[in-house]
Amino acid sequence: MGTFTGSFKGFGVTFAHMFRKVITTDYPFSPPKPAPRYHGRHILNRHPDGLEKCIGCELCAWACPADAIYVEGGDNTDEQRFSPGERYAKIYQINYARCIFCGLCIEACPTRSLTMSNEYELARDSRQDLIFTKKELLAPLLPGMEQPPHPMLLGETDKDYYVGALTNPGTSVGAERAPISQGDAE
Amino acid sequence: MGIEEKLPAGILLTSVEKLSNYARKSSFWGATFGLACCAIEMMASGGPHYDLGRWGMEVFRASPRQADLMIVAGRVSQKMAPVVRQIYDQMPEPRSVISMGVCASSGGMFNNYAIVQGVDHIIPVDVYLPGCPPRPEMLIDAILKMREKVMAQPLGPNGRKMLEARQAEGRTPIVAPGAMPSSYRVDKVRREEWTQAVKEGREEQLRIENWMKLQPHLREAHK
Repeated sequence: MGTFTGSFKGFGVTFAHMFRKVITTDYPFSPPKPAPRYHGRHILNRHPDGLEKCIGCELCAWACPADAIYVEGGDNTDEQRFSPGERYAKIYQINYARCIFCGLCIEACPTRSLTMSNEYELARDSRQDLIFTKKELLAPLLPGMEQPPHPMLLGETDKDYYVGALTNPGTSVGAERAPISQGDAE
Repeated sequence: MGIEEKLPAGILLTSVEKLSNYARKSSFWGATFGLACCAIEMMASGGPHYDLGRWGMEVFRASPRQADLMIVAGRVSQKMAPVVRQIYDQMPEPRSVISMGVCASSGGMFNNYAIVQGVDHIIPVDVYLPGCPPRPEMLIDAILKMREKVMAQPLGPNGRKMLEARQAEGRTPIVAPGAMPSSYRVDKVRREEWTQAVKEGREEQLRIENWMKLQPHLREAHK
């Protein structure tokens, strides 16, 4: 008799779990919000007038422990201007089949051109598609931005872009000094 | 693939194709096969918090002969390569392979003599999943993309011929099977958004845009 009731006690434990809260995340239907500094896919940012922040210095490529970044710089001219300074990135590629999302590249970036988003759904069915070029990486044009190449609109020289940057940081992801209204930070 | 390849030509198998693909994708049985740190994330995906059981595949088979999905989780050393190949050969067809993590996909940061530079040097890979290691959501995303690809797979020689004919006529879906992120595919509004973006060739920009809208310090620009 004791063994009979004992087995029901055991099932009772299982049955009690029917009324507990489910801990399973509902991933594809309600994707979880990663931590604000989660290392996701990269973004190449823009200045507030649409010029690219990247100056093609290749520091990110040098910092990369997995050799996932390939940069080829080009010279800006007055007719063909992509970034405020002398140089811009003619070719910019990140190979996501190599990238380990360590974030050393964004630490190395001197202009805060390269930052990371929290996007992580990156699986593809060919290795070729995993190589992101400027087409995939560049931030979208927000209102007030113009598609480069175009002349510098925010000042006479490239100094105006960097010296005044703290008061006019732009709206890109790298513009971390932009004012945050109180109570907005979640 | 398997026995369906032996079917005589001339029988149209579209409905059978759908049924067989549906049966295949509804319950993948993965081979228990972890090589490195990615395997920890793979185990986490099978556990109750992420729960692959929602797609009928929480059980990882210990024998490759009862598995039809191989998740290569971790870096493949030169010494391990023949073992990987043998396990793959032992799996019954039709089978699929997910290369999980950057090491399996391309060697990752281990660009040296000891590591195979991408598991596709030894076995055919269906889905490449970057990340070091990928979080369980990324693995689930890759599996859902794999399911979508399986659903679009042709059955038998006739099925392949029909697929080639469709491709030659350009009657292919706008978004290729397995190309849309899962969180977009399950939401009707976002699915439309993505399809539209693919037509314009700006789907990656759409992703950045949608992410920026969620950031408090960037929200001002979108108002």
